[in-house]
Amino acid sequence: MAERSFAKEVQSLRLEAGALFEGEGILAVTKALLQSGVGYVGGYQGAPVSHLMDVLADANDILAELGVRFESSASEATAAAMLAASVNYPIRGAVTWKSTVGTNVASDALSNLASAGVIGGALIVLGEDYGEGASIMQERTHAFAMKSQMWLLDPRPNLPCIVQAVEQGFELSEASNTPVMLMMRIRACHVVGRFKVKANRRPPFTLQQAMDHPSRTFDKIILPPSTYAQERAKIEHRWPAAVKYIRDRQLNEFFPADSADVGIVMQGGLYNTVLRSLERLGLADVFGNSKIPLYVLNVTYPLIPEEFVQFAHGKRAILIVEEGQPEFIEQAASLFLRQADVQTRIAGKGPLPLAGEYTGAVVLAGVRKFLSEYGHLPEQTKPLLPAAALMSAPVATPVATPVANVPMRPSGLCTGCPERPLFASMKLVARELGPMQVSADIGCHSFATLPPFDIGGSIMGYGLGAAGGASFNMPNKRRALSMMGDGGFWHNGLTSGIGNAVFNRHDGVTIIVDNGYSAATGGQYIPSSTVEIKGRRAKNRIETAVRGVGVEWVRTIRTYDMKQTMSVLKEALQTQFIGPKIIIAEGECQLNRQRRVAPAIRKMIGAGKRVVRERFGIDADICTGDHSCVRLSGCPSLTIKTHPDPLRRDPVAHVDNSCVGCGVCGEVAHAAVLCPSFYRAEVIVNPTAWDRILHRFRAAVIRLLSGPPAKEA
Amino acid sequence: MAAAQRPITLSIAALGGQGGGVVTDWLVLAARRAGYIVQATSVPGVAQRTGATIYYLEFFAQSALGADGREPILALMPSPGDVDIVVASEWVEVGRAINRGLVTPDRTTLIASTHRDYTISEKMALGDGRANSQNILAGATAAAARLIAFDMAAIAEKSGGRISAVIFGAIAGAGVLPWTLEHFHEAIRESGIGVEPSLAAFEVGRQAALAAIGGGLATVIPAAGEAQSPAAPFSTALAAALRQRIAAQFPAELQGVLSRAAARLSDYQDAAYASLFLERVAQILALETPGRGSAQLTAVTARSLALWMSFEDVIRVAQVKTRAGRPEQIRQEVRANPGELVRVSEFVKPRVEEICATLPAGLGRFMLGSTRAKRILSCFTAGRQIPTSRIGGFALLRCIAGLRRFRRATLRFQTEQERIELWLQQIRSVAAADYALAVEIAECQNLVKGYGDTHERGWRSFSEICALAAGLAGTSKGAQQLRALREAALADDTGARLGQAIAGLKLSASV
Repeated sequence: MAERSFAKEVQSLRLEAGALFEGEGILAVTKALLQSGVGYVGGYQGAPVSHLMDVLADANDILAELGVRFESSASEATAAAMLAASVNYPIRGAVTWKSTVGTNVASDALSNLASAGVIGGALIVLGEDYGEGASIMQERTHAFAMKSQMWLLDPRPNLPCIVQAVEQGFELSEASNTPVMLMMRIRACHVVGRFKVKANRRPPFTLQQAMDHPSRTFDKIILPPSTYAQERAKIEHRWPAAVKYIRDRQLNEFFPADSADVGIVMQGGLYNTVLRSLERLGLADVFGNSKIPLYVLNVTYPLIPEEFVQFAHGKRAILIVEEGQPEFIEQAASLFLRQADVQTRIAGKGPLPLAGEYTGAVVLAGVRKFLSEYGHLPEQTKPLLPAAALMSAPVATPVATPVANVPMRPSGLCTGCPERPLFASMKLVARELGPMQVSADIGCHSFATLPPFDIGGSIMGYGLGAAGGASFNMPNKRRALSMMGDGGFWHNGLTSGIGNAVFNRHDGVTIIVDNGYSAATGGQYIPSSTVEIKGRRAKNRIETAVRGVGVEWVRTIRTYDMKQTMSVLKEALQTQFIGPKIIIAEGECQLNRQRRVAPAIRKMIGAGKRVVRERFGIDADICTGDHSCVRLSGCPSLTIKTHPDPLRRDPVAHVDNSCVGCGVCGEVAHAAVLCPSFYRAEVIVNPTAWDRILHRFRAAVIRLLSGPPAKEA
Repeated sequence: MAAAQRPITLSIAALGGQGGGVVTDWLVLAARRAGYIVQATSVPGVAQRTGATIYYLEFFAQSALGADGREPILALMPSPGDVDIVVASEWVEVGRAINRGLVTPDRTTLIASTHRDYTISEKMALGDGRANSQNILAGATAAAARLIAFDMAAIAEKSGGRISAVIFGAIAGAGVLPWTLEHFHEAIRESGIGVEPSLAAFEVGRQAALAAIGGGLATVIPAAGEAQSPAAPFSTALAAALRQRIAAQFPAELQGVLSRAAARLSDYQDAAYASLFLERVAQILALETPGRGSAQLTAVTARSLALWMSFEDVIRVAQVKTRAGRPEQIRQEVRANPGELVRVSEFVKPRVEEICATLPAGLGRFMLGSTRAKRILSCFTAGRQIPTSRIGGFALLRCIAGLRRFRRATLRFQTEQERIELWLQQIRSVAAADYALAVEIAECQNLVKGYGDTHERGWRSFSEICALAAGLAGTSKGAQQLRALREAALADDTGARLGQAIAGLKLSASV
């Protein structure tokens, strides 16, 4: 069960033709796939398309009814390779992942897919994780399209356009025998809107038919001389076919305006932002009527030279609004105009910044700069809106004076997270044995690189924690450590990290965090999840896998037991054993655990059953406000408050009501010999008669023994 | 091109788990019912894990559509100068929204909760690392066209609902969305989860917003950062003799702190111990120049001295944990309902040093010096959980608390009194020549806190700094330099910054 359930929402996938769909972008994509008669779907979760995988998983029954095969792929490479079914058969396939990281992983398969070409439409839905909210290095997917000659759609960010892009993407793919990538920015993935639906279509050619009538031709195989022919086919046939389809079907949009001698070209995904800028400058209205001609690239690769020439013709200058770098579109446009001997000037990176997200403020500033340079700023026009006062103020500067010292709010581990005691243990062991070289990985555990833990010096990619520490294999007084999550482990870490360490006799220590889910991406199931999942086989043990690739030294710990965790860590760092040492750190993702356990507990309480609820607390009179406990925990529920004693000025540590009683506060207090302020309270809900008698007796005796009450008045 | 109607724009900054997504869903439902086209987006991703998430919505009235029925083009992100309503579910997020330029005086209604959800950097500071909430209020007042701010977390708590429903209510109460109350209610009902508590919390949120607009609800900002703890009123829980003595011998502005300190020490030890405190303070008071106005040195020393004299030894811990009334306090703290029972266990892990410190001074010193004795004692230092809601566990701590009458003989007591005397002596000797420096030395007590290693580290920093203090007396920047050293000691818990600061000071002295 993923973090968010779409069980209710997926019912809208059954909507009858003509009905109005209302919902999130990714759900609309799923509906569009079904309307397009897709035959199989795969992918790997990761923001901002995690929910697409969740929707598909929740929609499995509907997919099955239509004869659509859905698979939760082991990695993006798996998902990309799955598209091989469209190489020899007229079956439409779609896969999805987070880009550019997932596209990196999938590159090998994508290159081969693009070279062989497809006869069934192949669509890759990419969540472009760029700008605010992104969790990865900032790169463009565009380069992948260019290097493999796959087509890249970047539709206007509203549901009808996105749905249309899915449908046209398949057609374009089939018309040009080329896989097509559909890129959606973070906000577009989560945008809530509406569109009119069409009926779902069963795939006209099924996977069973393909299996019954296998087909192959050597010219689809990646071996010479086919590969040479394939490269030529890309240039001589597929590319021109794509250009023809894009032109004929008018995938790119022109919004003409009579008078202007300038124009703006933009990626489709940025259309709304550009339009809002023009509207604020008094040059467009909210319905898209613009005084400046616009050329919207819903397909950003391949570009259509004739369209650029046509748009630029007779204009003094055009502005290209292209997010990210390098400025591929601007470079290509320069070439097109030069070759056609069109003298229109091109502006782009200049008025607009070279790097970073093109937010509303950034685009407004760039468009304003460009238009004022060419005398199009409407000094005399009546402003459409009060905020147009901004026209005379520098846009980049916020109107108000900034507030000083606003603390950052970095991401962190959730309340009760099982990884917290692991990192607290590592911090304490490092205090004792000295600082260690730690190679970090991607997952919730990457938050350990942030305060209060500050553990880990590099992140090389998902599942690549152990591989990132591969160099540090020298005889030394302190061994190097590497981290890996269970998600990354199954994604590739088992081979790239563990298998590699066995083969090369790496003497380091790798900690595999086994929380039972792909937790950071939203709690999707993975091969080692400990549940029964319909249609899949989970419960595959990590320990069995690592032993299978030849690891001899394996220890499994329960992270919440910090004493054991610290002792195993020390053992791994100090043992005489030479070779990879694997520590499997178990503890169920608390977010998922609460989702599983909390409703059950509520039900028990409702039924009058005895339930013991645990949580921690702090005696304010004993806490001196040093906050050592926070520096070893960082739990959201372990916070601070003003000290009740006016003599004390520093805030006192305090456990708030979100505490789930995981026990780490007590473990840390013991392991680090902190302070005796912590207490654990067990609240017995629906106590039995015996509970009550015992409690009453004890309370009476304790009252007799008690000291005087606090005297502070 | 007609000067068409514009969309209403609304941005929400919420923390992970506060239900920003729920508020967004409700707004979408309410908008549709009210005949508005709505577009909502969010930037969740890793920010969902305890970070801040931004939700953004635009609303456009169906009635304002043209004859051709073309739908408006709506933006996917908030832009500076283009936001009608900014909602911040926590006070520091207000500051962030202002710094992003989203709150502008020409149009923005700012709806915010004044409660604090402290960030990790604020929580992990060795002292008080809290951001200054007043700064944010000043910024909000200047930046917003209209500010509606109150403690939404507190009223959510009181109403038994969630903060998301209070926020939704506050948005309705603010009157910035031209919809009827029924539209808001229907949205909650249509979403179908926890409807009744949500409607109740919605209503209190709406009422609070109405009160805030009407001026009937002042924006109360939590004390934090540079704000001081509340001033100490005169303690009434004090023996008459002590009370009279304080009233007779000390200036009025000190009486609150002194009476509170004396009460604390009477509770900690006995009236004689509180008298000793007053004698020590009187010696400092004698150093004050009558014309100076405020007795700053005495005030600072008194506060610090009271805390130092009530050092947290094993006996004190046991005393606090066995007070009458504590079980009831814990019940409230953990929100136990009537009829539910609460069991409490204490996490204690005394070290050999703590055990020896509680022994009579001579014996304690001997044990600490003997490897063999230490080895035997180390058998008793395992981390334990003492169940204080059971008779055995409670009785054990009660016995330890009872050692109070022998405290004066303990090693810890004697060590602390020696240290206190040396510190007071240093304050007294420096005060005449460099009053400001003496104040800074008095403030240094704040470095020594905590237990075990934490306490030892604090004591090391204190000793190093005070050793340097003598050399700084009479120089023009002595107090300033000592303050810098103290702040360096509180900058990290490894002593690295303090080491650098001391090295820097010595270097500048030798040049």
